[in-house]
Amino acid sequence: MHNDFEQIFQDKVDKEIKIEPKDWMPEKYRQTLIRQISQHAHSEIIGMLPEGNWITRAPSLRRKAILLAKVQDEAGHGLYLYSAAETLGITREEMYEQLHSGKAKYSSIFNYPTLTWADMGAIGWLVDGAAIMNQVPLCRTSYGPYARAMVRVCKEESFHQRQGFEILLTLSKGNEAQRRMCQDAINRWWWPSIMMFGPTDDASPNTIQSMRWKIKRFTNDELRQKFVDVCAEQVQFLGMVLPDPDLKWNKERNHYDFGAINWEEFRNVVSGNGPCNKERVSARKKAWEEGAWVRDAANAYAKKKAARNLSNNKNTEAA
Amino acid sequence: MVHMKSMITKYYYGDLSEGGAGDHSIHQHTTGKESSEWPLWEIFIRSKQGLDHKHVGSLHATDAAMAIENARDVYTRRMEGVSIWAVESRHIHASNPDDAQALYDPANDKVYRHPTFYDLPDELEYM
Repeated sequence: MHNDFEQIFQDKVDKEIKIEPKDWMPEKYRQTLIRQISQHAHSEIIGMLPEGNWITRAPSLRRKAILLAKVQDEAGHGLYLYSAAETLGITREEMYEQLHSGKAKYSSIFNYPTLTWADMGAIGWLVDGAAIMNQVPLCRTSYGPYARAMVRVCKEESFHQRQGFEILLTLSKGNEAQRRMCQDAINRWWWPSIMMFGPTDDASPNTIQSMRWKIKRFTNDELRQKFVDVCAEQVQFLGMVLPDPDLKWNKERNHYDFGAINWEEFRNVVSGNGPCNKERVSARKKAWEEGAWVRDAANAYAKKKAARNLSNNKNTEAA
Repeated sequence: MVHMKSMITKYYYGDLSEGGAGDHSIHQHTTGKESSEWPLWEIFIRSKQGLDHKHVGSLHATDAAMAIENARDVYTRRMEGVSIWAVESRHIHASNPDDAQALYDPANDKVYRHPTFYDLPDELEYM
């Protein structure tokens, strides 16, 4: 009986028919999606923190307005994704609990500090660029609500990357100190950015199943290679270099070769020992806890208003 | 059929609870422990005059006014809408996908409802 359901489900996926919330789905599919979508939502929410840091210090009103809009988009992306995850039967509160208790992960990139204004440029270009590379194929993912949320996210994300590149381009045409700042930011963000695609394919046991279910459309290594190829060209517009002595065009592969990734560092940051893990989660928890009275007050107000409406209606009926 | 029903109830199981996979349902979340979570609302947006409102997603809010204000911030930051509907999710009634075959069966064998069903001379114009 169970196998029949599983077969019908897989046939739909193979025929590119989207799976919707009330359709039967394997329990493992649901779990994988909840984990992936909620991690993605958490990344958007935590991802606001390193940038929020620079809103008051943006070098001009124009840059400040842009950064504010970008951070606001990220809040929106978190909300689209949380509500997509909720269609799978997990509550928002449970997801928050998992984030705050450290049970749920978010993208390890946000555990690195933002030291200079150039970091806002590098984050836009590299971090958002890597995110887009990941997210564009997710617009065709097999779960309907997730795919629809990703279409929205991708539409908005493109300005994030362009504004970042523009920041770096401006710095690259500046004085010596500004150019140094630009290169320094690229140096610090490059490797963590290419780690964003996750472990290599042979170290990523869930990839095969996720591809079969069409949750994922490309493997981690495929996407990473695509990203390296694009960035190796784009960096030339800045007159800067990527911090990888092994980066070299390979005519036979038709791709750039690149150096070894420090997976030790990746595992360390993922498991909670990155430079800012504790700071990020505690900032998030503080905001949640200190906002409790606002949520309670809004609840109490809504309850009181509903009760008043009810008694008003009764009075009208009586009259 | 009995088997089917017992599997369908699994739809509502969260998988990441303390006790492991599938050991408590949404139903228990809302009734078992006191939840302070704001109600869920479905949001529909009319993108311009003359078009239908279209479902865009959902959000949490304490009342309709807050749902509409939040919807403005979450779903119309780039002029995507000229009108917003907010409906509390618990008021939405949906057809069951498992009934789809029976539900839409009456329409399935009535090809004569489509204009292409009729075999008319090619020369016939404006029809």
